[in-house]
Amino acid sequence: MKDLFKVVKDRVRVNSKKFKKERADIPSGLFFKCPRCQTSIFKEDFDAAGRVCLNCSYHSRLTALQRLYITVDRGSFVEYDKDLTSKNPIDFPEYEEKVRCLMKSTGLNEAIITGECTIRGEKCVIGIMDSYFMMASMGSVVGEKITRAFERATEKELSVVLFTASGGARMQEGIISLMQMAKTSGALALHSEQGLFYCAVLTDPTTGGVTASFASLADVTLAEPKVLVGFAGRRVIEGTIKQRLPDDFQSAEFLQAHGYVDRIVPRKKLRHELYRLLRFHRKGEAVDWIN
Amino acid sequence: MDKLTAWERLNIVHNPNRPNAYDYINGIFEHYYEMQGDRCFAEDKAITGGIATFQKLPVTILANVKGKDIEQNRRCNFSMAHPEGYRKALRLAKQAEKFKRPVICFIDTTGAFCGVDAEKRGQGQAIATNIKEFMRLKVPIISIITGEGGSGGALGLGVCDELAMLENAVYSVISPRGAASILWRDASKEKDAANTMKITAQDLLKFEVAEHIIKEPISGAHADHNMTFENIIEYLIEALKRNLKKSIAMLLKDRYNKFRKIGIFNE
Ligand SMILES: [Zn+2]
Repeated sequence: MKDLFKVVKDRVRVNSKKFKKERADIPSGLFFKCPRCQTSIFKEDFDAAGRVCLNCSYHSRLTALQRLYITVDRGSFVEYDKDLTSKNPIDFPEYEEKVRCLMKSTGLNEAIITGECTIRGEKCVIGIMDSYFMMASMGSVVGEKITRAFERATEKELSVVLFTASGGARMQEGIISLMQMAKTSGALALHSEQGLFYCAVLTDPTTGGVTASFASLADVTLAEPKVLVGFAGRRVIEGTIKQRLPDDFQSAEFLQAHGYVDRIVPRKKLRHELYRLLRFHRKGEAVDWIN
Repeated sequence: MDKLTAWERLNIVHNPNRPNAYDYINGIFEHYYEMQGDRCFAEDKAITGGIATFQKLPVTILANVKGKDIEQNRRCNFSMAHPEGYRKALRLAKQAEKFKRPVICFIDTTGAFCGVDAEKRGQGQAIATNIKEFMRLKVPIISIITGEGGSGGALGLGVCDELAMLENAVYSVISPRGAASILWRDASKEKDAANTMKITAQDLLKFEVAEHIIKEPISGAHADHNMTFENIIEYLIEALKRNLKKSIAMLLKDRYNKFRKIGIFNE
């Protein structure tokens, strides 16, 4: 059991130089075309606004490292399970090559980074999914890392913050990927039973099997403005009903209106919002009142 | 029967004379008392649930309903449940926990329904909640995939202490048609997708996702309903005995570990 909880010492170094370099890696053109309002804006202005659409405030995708950089206290992050990498459980054609290419292009070993950090001094376990890695689909590694993150948080009595983004279960891993929904939800249930706090931050896009498991099971559910969140693919539904769906369908605002999101929080306010929530749920806070 | 491909097995489970939920319920249990509604929004005919007795033991049954003709299929939406179907299932599972009845699930669905209203009423949240709550339900849960187990829609009744599959049943993360259109961008490659995705009962036993395969008559369950029912009864007697004698703590620990160990990766 000790081994399982061995913290990987290899800290991810995130400095502003790396952050700028990361940004330059994102497929670029001169313009960013917003998927929500279809407005084209200068890439430079879009980046300067923190990758937020200046017209409709759609919050675009960040890499996991960018998200880490703007969320956690500098130097506080200690990564878990950095070395877990994918195998090919159902011998799916070309799966290994695809993963290898993505490891190279993203600099990540898989579609999520997990670890411990502080946010304005409040300690927590954090997980950040990266949609640039195979649309952050959940296979064995993503499922295992989330499960271990919850298990360690339970052991250490820490809150969990997860930034969700995913195209759903990773089809290339067949039924094994579907079972990760049950595995992660089981670990989450044990964490919850210990009276520990879990906050999900829904980011663009959160869909499929991730929506149908841990993304929908938080004590507090936050979402960034205008992000896509849903269970079924938009095109699947359009194919069934044979008509185009409105632009705001499956947006954070749509979810909020139907009662599935607590608050929609702009990116630049998220760190403060998370701090407030972690502060409320600090263990043993109300002891003086009870005794 | 051992040599059939996933595609051939899919054709067997699509046989119109294959037993459906009500056939299994009437053939295996006595005194089925169906209960309706999720107490929030509506009744969903895609999932039936209720109490029955199995060899004198009161149990709760939850089952995906496939229709036998177009009229029945319209009513049960081709076994594709809406959120209210999953919420009804959870209500009845909680009721089973209260009265200490084991839960027996019959899974046969291509998936949860994908539609505008399903999204508005939180299809993802409904399935997620079932997964989490079933994981901690304090009575034994035995699930049997009788035909198709499709994706999260199947997992909504699929968190259990033991998963059995009928010999020709399949269980997959996405329907072969869906896999073909997403991964090969060609829905006509359905057959290739089925044979690539490792979805048969035999595959799932190897992956330790399923614990048991229930024999079907030669050529499939449609050929002899009674023999199929008898094979299921024989399995259920053993499975219930195995799980009813465990303490609740042991039951939940074993259930957690059943799913905890699934995952294939390098470390
Ligand atoms: Zn916009």
